[in-house]
Amino acid sequence: MLEIKNLHARIAEDGTEIIRGLNLTVKAGEVAAIMGPNGSGKSTLSYILSGREDYEVTDGEILYNGESILELDPAERAAKGIFLAFQYPVEIPGVATMQFLKVAMNEQRKARGEAELTTPDFIRRVKESAAELKINPDMLKRPLNVGFSGGEKKRAEILQMALLEPKLCVLDETDSGLDIDALKIVADGVNALRSPDRAVIVITHYQRLLDYIVPDTVHVLYKGQIIRTGDKSLAHELEANGYADIIGEAA
Amino acid sequence: MNMQTTARQTAAEAALIEAFNAQVGELPGNGAVISARDRLVDDLKSNGLPTRRIEAWHYTDLKTLLRAIPAAVPAAVVDTPEPLVAGSAVITTRHGLADQKVGIGGVLVNAFSDMLSEGTAAPGLSVIDRDDTIGKINGSFVRDGYVLEFPADATIEKPVEIQVLHGDGQVHTRFPVSFGAGSKATVIERHLPTAKGEAFVTSVSDISLEDGADVTWIIVQQQGAADTHLGQLRVRVGSNAKLRLYVINAGGRLVRQELRIDVAGEGSDLQLRGVNLLGGETHTDVTLVLGHHVPNTTSTEIFRNVVFDRARGVFQGMIKVALDAQKTDARMACNTLLMSDEAEFSAKPELEIFADDVQCGHGATVADIDANHLYYLMARGVPRNTGRAMLVNAFVAEIVEELEDGQLVEALEAIISSWLERHA
Ligand SMILES: Nc1ncnc2c1ncn2[C@@H]1O[C@H](COP(=O)(O)OP(=O)(O)OP(=O)(O)O)[C@@H](O)[C@H]1O
Ligand SMILES: [Mg+2]
Repeated sequence: MLEIKNLHARIAEDGTEIIRGLNLTVKAGEVAAIMGPNGSGKSTLSYILSGREDYEVTDGEILYNGESILELDPAERAAKGIFLAFQYPVEIPGVATMQFLKVAMNEQRKARGEAELTTPDFIRRVKESAAELKINPDMLKRPLNVGFSGGEKKRAEILQMALLEPKLCVLDETDSGLDIDALKIVADGVNALRSPDRAVIVITHYQRLLDYIVPDTVHVLYKGQIIRTGDKSLAHELEANGYADIIGEAA
Repeated sequence: MNMQTTARQTAAEAALIEAFNAQVGELPGNGAVISARDRLVDDLKSNGLPTRRIEAWHYTDLKTLLRAIPAAVPAAVVDTPEPLVAGSAVITTRHGLADQKVGIGGVLVNAFSDMLSEGTAAPGLSVIDRDDTIGKINGSFVRDGYVLEFPADATIEKPVEIQVLHGDGQVHTRFPVSFGAGSKATVIERHLPTAKGEAFVTSVSDISLEDGADVTWIIVQQQGAADTHLGQLRVRVGSNAKLRLYVINAGGRLVRQELRIDVAGEGSDLQLRGVNLLGGETHTDVTLVLGHHVPNTTSTEIFRNVVFDRARGVFQGMIKVALDAQKTDARMACNTLLMSDEAEFSAKPELEIFADDVQCGHGATVADIDANHLYYLMARGVPRNTGRAMLVNAFVAEIVEELEDGQLVEALEAIISSWLERHA
């Protein structure tokens, strides 16, 4: 489903290279975990996958279902089913959450040539998903993410994911800021989306989340490269020993 | 002297004088009104339209910008648009003339032409100061409008919508409105063309809030693409009165809306909010002169401007705090989104403070929409243009959402979003 080949990318503004020859393959149906020390480029990779314009790909390729997505803007990628749950969701004053959800869902449908949702159908879907994620409906009356607590923002990201039904889900530290109960709720939400035609990339620092969302593969990202790939036992190994050994071996 | 002035007269100036000479016999008014009009026209003749050398008109050189004036022709305006808020009491002027036999439950309504005929309008036809060009033109030509009196302690639940409709040509209206002590009301002053040609419109609203009145006054200007709109709002705010004043500019080719506000009663509060939606090759000027004359009053002024294409916007905001006006709290902000490289906005906030124990401030910002916000929307599948429109909309909708009346908020948001759909 996703093939990243020898990807090099830099910050557009100052030219600093962050991703330095990264290779990663994620198959349909797979849950891949990406771990790695702070500042190694995990969020940057997720931004680049989503098409953020602050980064420039200088070399390599990103194939999604066999096609390059490098020329697509974020909205086009989203319509093709790529979703990024942000590590730090932004607050957007003046944009009503419900209106945003409706526009996003319908614009994606339009882009795929599907019929737009009727208002009652839309509201029903939001209510159902919000209930499953134990999101207080009053929160959705507020402007997008404005005044949401850290945990509420993360839950709102998963709500969006549930509603948009993407094919490639990238979760960037969705577990940080969540209390134990919320972590389970969010993990259940993600697990509910697991399916043979959908892939999930979970970026996290902690084994705790991977106890709930059990990964098929685990990748260690360091200084802009994947330096080690393994199965779920690799996460346990990291939890026990830290990154030092693996970094040492790679060097 | 006279020769020289005539030599420099522009086409628009000449057309104004000519129009006056053609109409003078039919304009309503008793002797006092006639001499008031004559004084105003003489002033226009000898001083002409203001240029950039007049400070109050520095950013809106009317002499240059007002190239011509359409002929004063009658126009039949028959339609009455739906009010912005369903169930509003609607009163309409059609091409400058008030409808016959109009009533609003609980409010005294008269035609302004009666005030002109009786001469009670004469004192109000005087100018505020030498630079009051809008007062001069309007006072010279005005034929009609409505005089509204909200009785003391009256609460008028539904908005009163004054529809100022016109066809092509010249239109001059005036609306003296008094809100009695303790009264509560919402008035929408709505300017709309019913023809697609060119109109030259002046409109003066002269409102006073007696003690404890609680008033929402909303000016919605949606003139046509070729229209000149010169609006003026004169306001006197009495003790413990509360005025929410909204100015929405979403039309016109050459627009100046003046706000001349005197906060004259202790304990009063003014919330002024403005939305300027500018596009095409238009010029729009909002000029505020706000005087805090007595102690213990508060005001906030927030303007949000969105400028597309080659449009030019102006905000002049002068807050004067008199020597006696201790404990004044006045805060003004003017925020602009420039949506094209050729769009322009000039903001000139000014404070003139004579009292020493006051809290006053102003700020002006110019920005593009937040790239992180746009990225977030796009990452959810919202196409770039739709996302931009949502963010621009959010920037101005925030202001409108402060209003309590949900139906009114919806109606104003609909005006904003339909304007943005046409321009973005
Ligand atoms: N726009 C930017 N401007 C400047 N530096 C940037 C920018 N984007 C990323 N970086 C730098 O690139 C490096 C990688 O950042 P990134 O956020 O991808 O790390 P991360 O692996 O997600 O870290 P964490 O685990 O702390 O979230 C960091 O050193 C960061 O400071
Ligand atoms: Mg990160």
